[in-house]
Amino acid sequence: MERLHSPAELEAFRKAVLADRAPDQPCITLCAGSACHACGCNDVAEAVRVELAKQGLADRVHLRLTGCHGFCERGPILVIQPESVCYFQLTAADVPEIIEKTVKAGERVERLLYVDPDSGDPLAREDEIPFYKHQQRIVFGSNGSIDPKSIEDYVAIGGYSALAKALSEMTPEQVLDEVKRANLRGRGGGGFPAGIKWEGTRNAPDPVKYVVVNADEGDPGAYMDRSLLEGNPHAVLEGLILGAYAVGAHEGYVYVRQEYPLAVENVTLAIQKAEELGLLGDDILGSGFSFRVKVHRGAGAFVCGESTALMTALEGRVGEPRPKYIRSNVRGLWNRPTVLNNVETWANVPLIIQNGADWFTRIGTETSSGTKIFSIVGKITNTGLVEVPMGMPLRDIVYKIGGGIPGGKRLKAVQTGGPSGGCLPEHMLDLPVGFDELTQAGSMMGSGGMIVMDEDTCMVDVARYFIEFLTDESCGKCVPCREGLRQMLAVLTRICRGEGRDGDLEILEDLSVVAKEAALCGLGKSAPNPFLSTLRYFRDEYEAHIRENRCPALSCKDLIAFHIDPDRCRACGRCRRKCPAEAISGAKNVIHQIDQDLCTKCGTCLEVCPDRFGAVRKISGEPVPPPLPEDQRTVRARG
Amino acid sequence: MSEVRLQIDGQEVAAPEGATVLEAAQGAGIPIPTLCHHEKLEPFGSCRLCTVEVERGGRKQHVVSCVYPVAEGLTVRTRTPEIERIRRVILELYLAHAPEAPRLKALAEEYGADKDRFDKESSFCIHCGLCVRYCAEVKKKHAVGFINRGTKKEIAFVPDIAARECWKCKECFPLCPTSWLQAAYVLVEGILFPREEQQA
Repeated sequence: MERLHSPAELEAFRKAVLADRAPDQPCITLCAGSACHACGCNDVAEAVRVELAKQGLADRVHLRLTGCHGFCERGPILVIQPESVCYFQLTAADVPEIIEKTVKAGERVERLLYVDPDSGDPLAREDEIPFYKHQQRIVFGSNGSIDPKSIEDYVAIGGYSALAKALSEMTPEQVLDEVKRANLRGRGGGGFPAGIKWEGTRNAPDPVKYVVVNADEGDPGAYMDRSLLEGNPHAVLEGLILGAYAVGAHEGYVYVRQEYPLAVENVTLAIQKAEELGLLGDDILGSGFSFRVKVHRGAGAFVCGESTALMTALEGRVGEPRPKYIRSNVRGLWNRPTVLNNVETWANVPLIIQNGADWFTRIGTETSSGTKIFSIVGKITNTGLVEVPMGMPLRDIVYKIGGGIPGGKRLKAVQTGGPSGGCLPEHMLDLPVGFDELTQAGSMMGSGGMIVMDEDTCMVDVARYFIEFLTDESCGKCVPCREGLRQMLAVLTRICRGEGRDGDLEILEDLSVVAKEAALCGLGKSAPNPFLSTLRYFRDEYEAHIRENRCPALSCKDLIAFHIDPDRCRACGRCRRKCPAEAISGAKNVIHQIDQDLCTKCGTCLEVCPDRFGAVRKISGEPVPPPLPEDQRTVRARG
Repeated sequence: MSEVRLQIDGQEVAAPEGATVLEAAQGAGIPIPTLCHHEKLEPFGSCRLCTVEVERGGRKQHVVSCVYPVAEGLTVRTRTPEIERIRRVILELYLAHAPEAPRLKALAEEYGADKDRFDKESSFCIHCGLCVRYCAEVKKKHAVGFINRGTKKEIAFVPDIAARECWKCKECFPLCPTSWLQAAYVLVEGILFPREEQQA
């Protein structure tokens, strides 16, 4: 690749790339994000290559492997351009038919289309499918259309024009001012305004400054940073270069966890390509501005997402947070002024510079501008990544985009913000999703994890789960976190086992206050949130566990029992045959019974008992009825 | 270096610029408890016992005084009910590990901490890091370090270095607030290297 020396040369390069591509030429894009990899997109890709060659189309149809499309529930996903026909949950066996019918004849393969759950109609295009229709994908949208390994693809959609604009038309102060006016708030957790953070670094007297991408995503169930870095690494890189220009940094780092090998690979390649083109390195686009980026692979510790711990790890030491009352933007990496922002925050920057702060603030709410990518997982029909304007009610995200709760179950809570966030109950679903709204409700935006829970979820157990996660991930430096979490986990585990005692809630509250007020870093300070938010909205569940030995959600294994209702049992034998513990006795015409001592409470009997009998019951907080005397166990005997 | 004036528990205190609140308080004879601070060592901020309330521009905040720098016009309160509560619970957490350690017992008395509030766990070390930091920062030997993370974290002697260096030093022993360090040392000594002075 020829090195580009000016914005004009970048434009010429873009025109050459576009001229090389016939807009009407069919292009098959296949999602090759991590989730689709896991469900076999490689086999599909191979089948497409083989089939195109076999049918003599290899020169006329382009196959492009892209980043994550977001609709991970339905992968592998294949989209045929220019008509944008989407096919879901493909196998390699479907490919010949797709090439034959859709690519050659322009027909659709009905059985592979998305079926609208309400009308039953097949929907062919992304913009018709509810999951996509209600989103506003300004940051994440390009993920599904470009090959992350190709800098030409990124340049073709207008990539690096924000950088060219900034370097040729704007001073660093103007770039900073634009980001400040856009009120871009940090997408990684706290929602601190990026522009103000940048300004602190810019104004710091130290001449050596750094910019860092925080790609140490660690929240359970959240993977938007991963998908963005895997699928569109140049967008993140362009944002980082713009940030470096604004604050006067000449060196930057991408701190990415080693568990994200594809993200490491793609961002490393992106840096190399950008250097070859002269978009990184010395004298970028002939502007005189020089900037270099290195990739740092982290060992994947949740605490290393915390800014001071991340910087300590970058310096080559154990990733423990530092007690600091001077902000990292003034004294950060190697005690130099450092701007650390999350992947998604950086990816927003080129859009702001390209389209202006006014465009950006028109999206979202008064205090939360722009969009936010959420990862919706849990008891939801459409698991995946979604990008919506800030301020969209939680209900719309869960029902319109997420497709609601499967299995006819009721929604109980939505956990937002990762382990440090909180659980919002059903009655708060109309809450507009913004930084301040979530914080006021006792949760937070965090990095955008969203775990949907249905009526079968025990909220005490949810708190126990997150506290256990944090106990494993605590660095162990300060006592409120290390010892406090250890004790909180012990008490919550006891409560879930039905061994809760009077005073347990007071102990948990004491430990929560101490962690919030006296822990060293953000992990410890926010660690009690899973407990506090569930206590705030589901106190009755805690009390039922402690006082009545009852788990209202019928979830905690130590507090539930399975029982076969003798009046309903038809002795069909299904539960007995399927019981892995051989805990069920009975025979033809003999009412079945569960031996409570052998039962492992796996729930198989309840699952397999035919609906028309409905004989198996899950119970909690009441004694299991005694077994029937042998002479009353005959089904016929009851008439 | 210029002086900074601040108020600690209603008392006017002067401290050199760059000093910490803990140093300023100690200089003025106002006691703040701490288990991980040592004047020869860099502040570590792990025991959190020295948490105090600072007020600046009308905004109140809990901070650890061993790290927090003094500032002109700062108001510091070292014994509010919230701080007493924080210290009491922290001590109760420590006492689950080393209920009979004299320094913990004395502090427990002062703050009304119940040594039996949490189930006992006999791992003794309270991770103040005094031994680790003293060996690294003052002696520059790194014979003792932290291993593992989180609730599994513990101190451990590095056998090679310990065999070479420790028998003639042992300056870390009196620093340990729970005496666990000596036990850890003797353990390593018993398993991995002979006692040098007995050989001699």
